Amino acid sequence: MAPILDVRDLRVEFPTRRGTLTALDGVSFAIEPGEVLGVVGESGAGKSMTGAAIIGLLEPPGRIAGGQILLNGRRIDNLPHEQMRRIRGREIGAIFQDPLTTLNPLYTVGDQLIETMQTHLDLSGGEARQRAIGWLEMVGIPAAAQRVDSYPHEFSGGMRQRVVIALALCAEPKLVVADEPTTALDVSIQAQIIALLKRLAREKGTAMMLVTHDMGVIAETADRVAVMYAGRIAEIGPVREVVKDPRHPYSTGLMASIPPLDRRVEHLAQIDGAMPRLSAIPPGCAFNPRCPHVFDRCRVERPELLETGATRAACWLYDPASEKQAPEALRHG
Amino acid sequence: MFAFIVSRVLQAVPVMLAVALISFAMFAYVGDPVAIMLGQDFTEAQRAALVSDLGLDQPFFVQFLRFIGNAAQGEFGLSYRLSRPVAELIGERAPATLELAFCAAIIALVAGVAMGVYTGLYRNSWLSRLLLTVSLIGVSLPPFLVGILLILVFSVWLGWLPSFGRGEVVQLGWWSTGFLTWSGIKALILPSVTLGLFQLTLIMRLVRAEMLEVLRTDYIKFARARGLGNRAVHFGHALRNTLVPVITIAGLQLGGIIAFAIVTETVFQWPGMGLLFIQSVSAADIPVMAAYLVLIALVFVTINLVVDLLYYAVDPRLRIGRAVARGR
Repeated sequence: MAPILDVRDLRVEFPTRRGTLTALDGVSFAIEPGEVLGVVGESGAGKSMTGAAIIGLLEPPGRIAGGQILLNGRRIDNLPHEQMRRIRGREIGAIFQDPLTTLNPLYTVGDQLIETMQTHLDLSGGEARQRAIGWLEMVGIPAAAQRVDSYPHEFSGGMRQRVVIALALCAEPKLVVADEPTTALDVSIQAQIIALLKRLAREKGTAMMLVTHDMGVIAETADRVAVMYAGRIAEIGPVREVVKDPRHPYSTGLMASIPPLDRRVEHLAQIDGAMPRLSAIPPGCAFNPRCPHVFDRCRVERPELLETGATRAACWLYDPASEKQAPEALRHG
Repeated sequence: MFAFIVSRVLQAVPVMLAVALISFAMFAYVGDPVAIMLGQDFTEAQRAALVSDLGLDQPFFVQFLRFIGNAAQGEFGLSYRLSRPVAELIGERAPATLELAFCAAIIALVAGVAMGVYTGLYRNSWLSRLLLTVSLIGVSLPPFLVGILLILVFSVWLGWLPSFGRGEVVQLGWWSTGFLTWSGIKALILPSVTLGLFQLTLIMRLVRAEMLEVLRTDYIKFARARGLGNRAVHFGHALRNTLVPVITIAGLQLGGIIAFAIVTETVFQWPGMGLLFIQSVSAADIPVMAAYLVLIALVFVTINLVVDLLYYAVDPRLRIGRAVARGR
């Protein structure tokens, strides 16, 4: 099947007074129809930036400096503003992090739904209102017929995020970019929202790019997962393999820092150091100063994604050519 | 809603009483009305008669209550200077000031909001930079100087517009209007620009700052992510969210326009309440001053009430706040 979203070698730059910062570099991945791709990584790894680039809402002065973004085989990274606007909401829905601030406080949730649907679909006012009520029911808002005339501040945080989900899906896009959709919510609400997203994505056949730093959410929801580090993809593969048997040393560290529930551990593993700032990304592999398996080649040459088992990892450990240099004891397997 | 209006009106009562007390106090402490009215030659009997006529031999509270009672009926006594009822004098002058203030407010609001939105949306365009620079001049120049400069350019050099007065006015009942004659409209232009310029720059800068603030919010980003057009985002979502602070300031400024039309009216010899007030001050014409003070307080109180009602209309969060406070 042709992928619904195909990102090829995406590069995003921020021109600043002190030189150009590269926020995303050589990011490539694809999402199949109906698939959920989780994107994880530390703050500043470029997860949200990737989402913003896809929906064409990079904060200026950020700009796409290279690569391509294809939606259903059509290039969308170089579309004029007006054409890109028609795609947003209609073909790519977006869900933001904080439901308390993503809804306009001055309009009822019904007005915001109707406005969105009438922007993209040819609906009369009455039809749009009926659909708005239908969507509120679908996302699990009780007494939707009355609540459609309520203002955002009359809903709780979890309910507001349900409204945001309805808004993202109401023009029936085939792809949804969800940027930390549960981060601002109570833990008990998080599970509900994730379950709702999963159910709706399955029912509607919507593909989803789920950006989060919460591995639990990824393990729960995603089909595949991309681990990002310093503006690059470190590892990408089926979620089961990446969680159970991560290949990239950074993924290994990330997974080891999740507390296991089935046994007691004295200390959680942690990765020493911090992710480099965009202005000071080291040459070679960006992870090399923190990597326990670092060897000479890592400090000079930048690794591309290499096939290793079921996943692909950007790590020289998996390149046969670096076999001689890599200490055998540290090789995976 | 009704309860809200009633509570607001009740809150205004102490304010009006305080202002009434101050204006009443002027009678007692600024000059001696009896001496002013009697002139040079009088007998003690004449003086006593006048004092009892004016009720000045009554206790303070009786006098104050009578003042309030009269004021509530629009009765402020006779002008010392012109020996005519104050209500009549103000009634004659009010249309001139109100028409001037109305034009100035329209200029300030329409141009101020439009320019504010423009400079907020296109903050790097050359026109925005020009408007901002010019607005600095508008904020810093005192109105009398602006008025004099406008007179110099448009009346003296170009000869396009009159430099003083209201032009020809048409009487509609007791209201005299300058809107119905060409010379009346021409006469309105310079004073209303002078009066509105400061408010215009203030509103423009306020709207611009609020627009910049609102355009950064998540809900604007989300509105764009939903694929809404620029028009809907800028005017439907952004501008409406800037309105609450803009209404607050614009309301106070409108009161200011009416109250402080004094300077502009003096420069343009505009026959309004402000000019009347200035002439009364120099003649120590206390009944007129007292009436003016009370009237301006009334204007401010009314505008504040209207502003509160507008909040109510604009921002649904305030509605629920009050409903909850009432324990719905």
